[in-house]
Amino acid sequence: MGKIFSKENKEVFVKPLSLDNPVLVQVLGICSALAVTSQLKPAIVMGLAVTVITGFSNVIISVIRKTIPTRIRIIVQLVVVAALVTVVSQVLKAFAYDVSVQLSVYVGLIITNCILMGRLEAFAMINKPLPSLIDGISNGLGYAAILVMVGFFREFFGRGTVLGIQVIPQSVYDAGYVNNGLMTMPAMALILVGCIIWIHRAYFYKED
Amino acid sequence: MSILRNYLNKIKPHFDDGGRLHAFRSVYDGMETFLYVPNNTSVSGVNIHDSIDSKRIMSFVVIALLPALLFGMYNIGYQNYMAAGEMETVSFVSVFAYGFLAVLPKILVSYIVGLGIEFAWAQWKGEEIQEGFLVSGILIPLVVPVGCPLWMLAVAVAFSVVFAKEIFGGTGMNIFNVALVARAFLFFSYPSMMSGDAIWVADDKILGLGNALPDTFTCATPLAQAAQGTEIPYSMSDMVLGFIPGSIGETSVIAIVIGAFILLVTGVASWKTMLSVFVGGAATAFVFESAGASAIHWYEHLVLGGFAFGAVFMATDPVTSARTEKGKYVFGLLIGFMAILIRVLNPGYPEGMMLAILFANMFAPLIDYCVVQANISKRMKRLTR
Repeated sequence: MGKIFSKENKEVFVKPLSLDNPVLVQVLGICSALAVTSQLKPAIVMGLAVTVITGFSNVIISVIRKTIPTRIRIIVQLVVVAALVTVVSQVLKAFAYDVSVQLSVYVGLIITNCILMGRLEAFAMINKPLPSLIDGISNGLGYAAILVMVGFFREFFGRGTVLGIQVIPQSVYDAGYVNNGLMTMPAMALILVGCIIWIHRAYFYKED
Repeated sequence: MSILRNYLNKIKPHFDDGGRLHAFRSVYDGMETFLYVPNNTSVSGVNIHDSIDSKRIMSFVVIALLPALLFGMYNIGYQNYMAAGEMETVSFVSVFAYGFLAVLPKILVSYIVGLGIEFAWAQWKGEEIQEGFLVSGILIPLVVPVGCPLWMLAVAVAFSVVFAKEIFGGTGMNIFNVALVARAFLFFSYPSMMSGDAIWVADDKILGLGNALPDTFTCATPLAQAAQGTEIPYSMSDMVLGFIPGSIGETSVIAIVIGAFILLVTGVASWKTMLSVFVGGAATAFVFESAGASAIHWYEHLVLGGFAFGAVFMATDPVTSARTEKGKYVFGLLIGFMAILIRVLNPGYPEGMMLAILFANMFAPLIDYCVVQANISKRMKRLTR
């Protein structure tokens, strides 16, 4: 086990945040990014939940990676993820019930989140626990960052609020401003994610 | 005319490489090719060109839209004076002038925002300015209610130009009709300003003309009234002539028929698409009426709301409709069927034409594919027999 702050580990941490972002570059986890981002608060909670689950599941799978028979590895991975998702779901129900209600089935559906399976297959199965932990957390944070961005814009333009606090003053509404109803629909989330991908690629991937 | 030509020739060197206005080359090209048919020809191979190019085709569509636009302006004034009960005492000129002043800002906003984005985009990409927005820019004000605020119109125009057109590759590449995407954006973003009963009649004084109506004044479109189960207070002649509340350009069937005539005579639009939209709509509405599901007669469906306007000006859009000749029939029938289906069966949407055309736009490439493949397999059979 190398040093925590070695060059390799740093790269493992930084890459998924931008250049190898699971949502922007690999285009994984789109369904939940569209479903839970109509407000900022559930988007943040969802991002954190996924971060915790990717981090822990990566470590657990990495620890037992040499004992998992190759032919049933997907089942083993699913069992680990399902257990973690159940724990997170119970914690949310106990400590953040209203958010848990807003997220509804999407907490349970983290099991099927492509980012999780992708990281377990591509990274945790062939790497040591510490880099796997960093990779899991970093991918979760990369996902959470996009959710927060989309959630912020959707809540701001769709409801005029941020985290439930009114930020667009009443005088603006009196002047004729109306909240954009399309922003609260998943269709607009798809367009927003598309815009973020557009900006990201225009910035990082120059066409030759 | 030659004065204009000479002037264009005189300023041209400034826009060439090294000229001081070279950065605005695309703007110059756009204006020049709009005013004069470009005289460049193909340089290789054998090509057959039509004698009119797409900027001239667009101009025909704009001319065909003028009757609907002018009547729409008159109707805006008519509805306002009717609501105030002053229709008997007011002159034709002031009725029309009121409507003109109510509609003009919408046309200006639509063109300034849309063309601004197109010019900026072309300049940014170093491309020639494309002419597609000539038609979209006049269509968009015609398919919104008069009460739609200008800033919303600007947002919708910007949205549809960028997301319905430019990201697909610009004019001629769009999958969905640009004007309808703008309307759909407004419809889903600001439902209170696109449907309901408070926005169909202009309720302010403009430059001393018209009447300020009380805030409590409401007036629903006939389709919305039918959907709510109330009696429609308009006669059949009002519906055909267009003296009913509705989006600016859609009310008068007569004006739309004149526009359709211009489009067909000049060969810009296909009669197959138009006819099949009406046939599909009439047949579907007739079935629903026979089954007792529709609140209004089948022929009323064809003259109310945006049905005729959509059939003539939206469904025949050469870019987004089916291109094969057989495919045009299928495309039109699909629009007619879906429009009436949405109107009758979905209580939330009294008007279904916009969604029906956008839906059919999506299927146009598939329809074309099937027609072409069917033809190929038919001829293959003939060959191998």
